[in-house]
Amino acid sequence: MSGEHMDKVPKPQDQTSVFVRRRRTFTLIFLGVMAVFSISSAVTNYDVIGGFESIPAAITWIAKNLIPDEKALSRLPNIIKKLTETALLSVAVTVCAGICAFFFSLLGTRITKINPWIARTVRIAAAFFRNVPDVVWAMLLLFSFGQNILTGFFALFFATFGMLTRTFIETIDEVCEACVEALYATGATYLQTVFRGIVPHSMPEIVSWVLYMIETNIRNSTLIGVLTATGIGAMFDLYYKRMDYGSASMVVISIVILVIAIEIISNQIRKVIM
Amino acid sequence: MDKLVIAEGAPISLDLHKYMRKSRGGKIKTAAMSKSGLAVNLTVLVLLGLTAYGFFTFDYKNINIAEAVSSTIGNAKVLFGQPRLRYNTFPGAMNALLATFSLGALSTIFGALIAFFGALLCAKNIANPITANIIKSFVALVRAVPTILWVLIFTVAAGLGSVAAVAGLTFHSAGYLIKAYAESIEEMDDGAIEALKATGASFWQIVFQAVVPSSMSHMTAWTFLRLEINFTNAIAIGAAAGAGGIGFDLYMAGSHYFDLQELGFITYIVVAAVILLEVAATRIKARIR
Amino acid sequence: MSILTFKNVSKTYDKMTHALADVSFSVDEGEFVSVIGPSGSGKSTLLRCVNRLVDATRGEIFFDGHDIIRAGKKEIRQIRKKIGMIFQHYNLVDRLSVIENVLHGRLGHKSTISGAMGFYSEREKESAFQILSKLGLTEQAYKRCDELSGGQKQRVGIARSLMQAPRLILCDEPIASLDPSSSKVIMDHLSLINKNMKITCIFNLHQVDVAMKYSMRIIGITSGRIVYDGPPDRLAESKIHEIYQSNEGELITDVR
Repeated sequence: MSGEHMDKVPKPQDQTSVFVRRRRTFTLIFLGVMAVFSISSAVTNYDVIGGFESIPAAITWIAKNLIPDEKALSRLPNIIKKLTETALLSVAVTVCAGICAFFFSLLGTRITKINPWIARTVRIAAAFFRNVPDVVWAMLLLFSFGQNILTGFFALFFATFGMLTRTFIETIDEVCEACVEALYATGATYLQTVFRGIVPHSMPEIVSWVLYMIETNIRNSTLIGVLTATGIGAMFDLYYKRMDYGSASMVVISIVILVIAIEIISNQIRKVIM
Repeated sequence: MDKLVIAEGAPISLDLHKYMRKSRGGKIKTAAMSKSGLAVNLTVLVLLGLTAYGFFTFDYKNINIAEAVSSTIGNAKVLFGQPRLRYNTFPGAMNALLATFSLGALSTIFGALIAFFGALLCAKNIANPITANIIKSFVALVRAVPTILWVLIFTVAAGLGSVAAVAGLTFHSAGYLIKAYAESIEEMDDGAIEALKATGASFWQIVFQAVVPSSMSHMTAWTFLRLEINFTNAIAIGAAAGAGGIGFDLYMAGSHYFDLQELGFITYIVVAAVILLEVAATRIKARIR
Repeated sequence: MSILTFKNVSKTYDKMTHALADVSFSVDEGEFVSVIGPSGSGKSTLLRCVNRLVDATRGEIFFDGHDIIRAGKKEIRQIRKKIGMIFQHYNLVDRLSVIENVLHGRLGHKSTISGAMGFYSEREKESAFQILSKLGLTEQAYKRCDELSGGQKQRVGIARSLMQAPRLILCDEPIASLDPSSSKVIMDHLSLINKNMKITCIFNLHQVDVAMKYSMRIIGITSGRIVYDGPPDRLAESKIHEIYQSNEGELITDVR
């Protein structure tokens, strides 16, 4: 499979060694996966058979209980209100984080960095924001902001900012190298190069990533909502804990419709702009 | 700009104004009128509009933002600057970390297994288009439900514990990986499949002789990416659904003991683990290639 | 009168690799010079040292009275304004229109803000159209650059550099990605620009035959050193082999 073997004139021995190697790789992967599997099941007391049995049981339970009833229908206006808020929150977070990440990433790319130390700092900062779980941000913000929409906003903001900064750095380095060189060569200043070269050139990719993060953030904000008792996540949690499964299922269905709608819209936009 | 005329003395035979597009004010336009450019501008405008509308309509509950921000900065200094364990021991935290990793690993393994067969059924170049479409829509549906909801649903249906956590995480993983695997299979060269079909190979022979070897590296990359995602998801559901592990410790430190220093220490453990996982994944991927 | 002078210029990337070693030459106003040599011989570095896309490690470079190596940020922009550059891969902003790309040649002449916002005067736009008409691209003016063929893109690149009203044009492998007929169009345009507008041109070229046909002077470079500097008619076959470090019969030009 590796390049070296392909380049050589295929001698019979070489061929067998490719197959032997492949089989060895497969065996190693299989053994590795089995080892991880056994250790993990032992650590978590995972009951394999019980796990499989739980699925049909769960599906039956879902089919019986997770069905919107009349009460759920009466709650629909409230659900839609919260859902709109969550959707707007995801858009607002992603757009704000995207704008900040764009200017921040300019300092971190190979082709537009101002100095190598700043670039390194930017990359480390991006990795930091990306890797600190949003749960931690949510916990931290909960102390001062309490159960407020801004808790969710900032918790999602930091993670999105880290993720988008890294992506934009990669995108700009990949896409814009040639035009940046040319604009510098005409005597253009840094800002001119950014606004006349990088912005128009990388905009479609950037928009595409922002759309993707909006989609992700709707799901993530549900989780943050459960955790911080805000937004649509809290609504689901509330109905669920009250065992009002009909209303809870209404929440799930509305989220599914929203996510799928956004996915379809994003895909259509991507098709046109890329 | 006097020297602009290239062949000197040659008269400008073309009436250039004929080619210029002018605005109503008589200014020459410069922008290209392309569908994609228009779509980009429109998308950006709509997103900015929604953002502004969002900020305008959010219920801020009269929060004092300046105060909250400054107190958060103070808290962040304590959290990241003075990490320390009080309620947990270090070995205890490591155990919890291992448990969280195990949840992530188990759900990735199950998800990958399901996704492998699922992808064979919905990759355009080898599957029947009708089954493919049905499975793809079903998968889109599964993916649209946030992981946390799957876990909570399974918690009631199967009881709190690793079974519910793994099942919840697996659903989303399988949905994600089916899409990713199917795309890797679709990327492969159709000639190879055709050639094997021509020799009279059976479906499974084609799968193991052509499809698996040529999309192996992509699939491994996606699987490891998902392992990383599942690890962070396992932390999140540990916190939000009480599914145990290091995520639950995070939740306890933050929302039960209100101990920023403890929260900081666990955060550093988690960040170190995520980075370690990323590095290890890169190494293993390089080997498998 | 010489417009560009290299004095003992060296460039090292790591401590080991010498891209340029002790290069000295000078170019007179109005010359049409080709630099030939194998890939990785330092041709591209040499060209980029002129407008400081690459910083030379040692030596002195003078262009039109400017000390290039010691120039500060502001002065570099003043220098770059006077030097057009054409690239192998055209280096256009693909998603902008042809006319916008041509107008990029004016950025060095404008204030940061009006340049960044893309505000150009009517006069600038008209001259952009005039340049485009000379290069036969008027009908493409409002097309996006990614809709153009390679030859058309390179003509946009030429138009952009002319928009700078340059004293010197650097051409980095301008025809390496083009088919023979587009290559001829590009070379003819550049040759005309050199003759009629008296703009000095320095070329990096892969094709020895093209270099021989169009240039007044050829500089041969191998492993960062100049091994030939003179008119094309005195460039002997054996010298070409020395430049390309090859043996008789190995080069495609030998077939002729």
